[in-house]
This record gives sequence, C-alpha cells and structure tokens, in this order.
Amino acid sequence: MGCLESMKHEILMRDASFKECREYILSHFPEHFEVLPGYKIFEKHLIGVPPLYIAVDGDDVIIPYTKPCYGTFLIRVPDPEMASELRRKRP
Amino acid sequence: MPDTKTEPRDALILLGCPQVPIQTSVALYLANKLRKQGITTVITGNRAARTNIEVADPDRHYIGEVIDIDRCIALLAEKKRSFHYCFSFIHNDAGLSYAATVKAISPAAQVLIIFGEHFEEVASMVEFKAEIIAVNAVHNPMPLKAKIDEVLPWVVSNL
Repeated sequence: MGCLESMKHEILMRDASFKECREYILSHFPEHFEVLPGYKIFEKHLIGVPPLYIAVDGDDVIIPYTKPCYGTFLIRVPDPEMASELRRKRP
Repeated sequence: MPDTKTEPRDALILLGCPQVPIQTSVALYLANKLRKQGITTVITGNRAARTNIEVADPDRHYIGEVIDIDRCIALLAEKKRSFHYCFSFIHNDAGLSYAATVKAISPAAQVLIIFGEHFEEVASMVEFKAEIIAVNAVHNPMPLKAKIDEVLPWVVSNL
C-alpha cells in the first residue's frame, strides 16, 4: 500500500458534493462500508460528512477524496491487497 | 466540563479555499480577538489559504502557529492534538466536509462561520451540533465582522 498520489487511480467523479459521492457509492457498489470521518486509507485520513462510505469492486477500492478548492473526487484505486483487507476487516 | 476561567484555552481556525476574498481578513481579525481573550490560536488550511494569511501578517502580530490542513487532520484523528474551540470558515461543500470531519474526530466546540453567496444553501446542509454564524458576505468583511463581534463574547463565556 502506498500514498494515493503515487498510485494508479481513476477519477469516477470530480468537483462533486459529499452527498453525490455518497449516493454514487450506495447506488453503484453493493459491497460498501460505512467508515468514520478521519478513517485512514492509502496514508490519507478521509474527509467527509457522516455517513461516509467507501467500497470495494473486484480488486479495486473506491473512496471519496476531498480538496478544499476542488470539492470531492470519487476515486477508484486498483489494490487487491487493500480490497481483501477491507473485505476481511469490514470497517 | 473544563474550568474556562482558569484553564488556558486554544482554538483551531480552519480555513477553506481562499477564493472568497473576505476569508483572510476575517480570519486575522478573529485570531486577534481570540488572542486578546487569552486564547491561543492555531491556523490551518491548504497552501494557498495559509500563504494568504502569512503574507498578510508577515511579522506575525496576529497569527501564531500555522499548519498544513492534511497534517492537522492527521494530528486530530490520531489524538496527538486537541483544541478547546474550532472556528471553521466555510463557503462551499468541501469546507463543510472538513468541519464535519473535525467534529467527528475532535472534542472541540464547533463554531461554523458560513459566508459567501451560497451561505444559506451551505448552512442548510449542516447536520451536526455547532454554533452557526451565517452571513451573505463575499467582498465586504463588515457584516461578518459585526456578527463575530456579536457572537464571540457568548462563545468564549459559554462554550
């Protein structure tokens, strides 16, 4: 597992609201998990308004990623190890 | 409940994206008001927001410690730091997300300073316990300054 910026990732949504990202995850990824704001993944603490969701889809991990000037991005990161860890831990 | 009359108090000033002009001047004003009340302030924001603050107060008459927002969130989430108050400057969805995160990971009493042209819409999305100052202010800091002057004495006496 490495830092998000240095990892291959696909942007599913950009400049979105936290609600849009939440709804996208709930409607597109049946394997989703509710986490608390500040949950650490890919060396980042997640930012968001509860309830905050992340998901796994095959070997990919889907997370919201918020920047103060650019809103929230929904990001797909291929990481089989992290996907299995999330399935095992069910945070 | 801490004894607010004797215990030293500190406040985190959480800045949003600096695209709305009044943020920097009002944050400096707030830092000065808090300092005069004996409350130590720490300012956090992204690089642009921090740079605006540091350039506006080069000799640091009003500001104290300034830290990167990702580092600040990590320190709060890992319980390495905590604050008595958090004043969050919010004018967009991302600002609200950061404030909600601080609320979830920190015991600080939250004061949300909501401004900008969409202030009503942003204020309507707040779903957690906080004191809210919401004002339609974009270029002119005076309406927000007046609201802070009105609310701050109550905040420092009661929270």
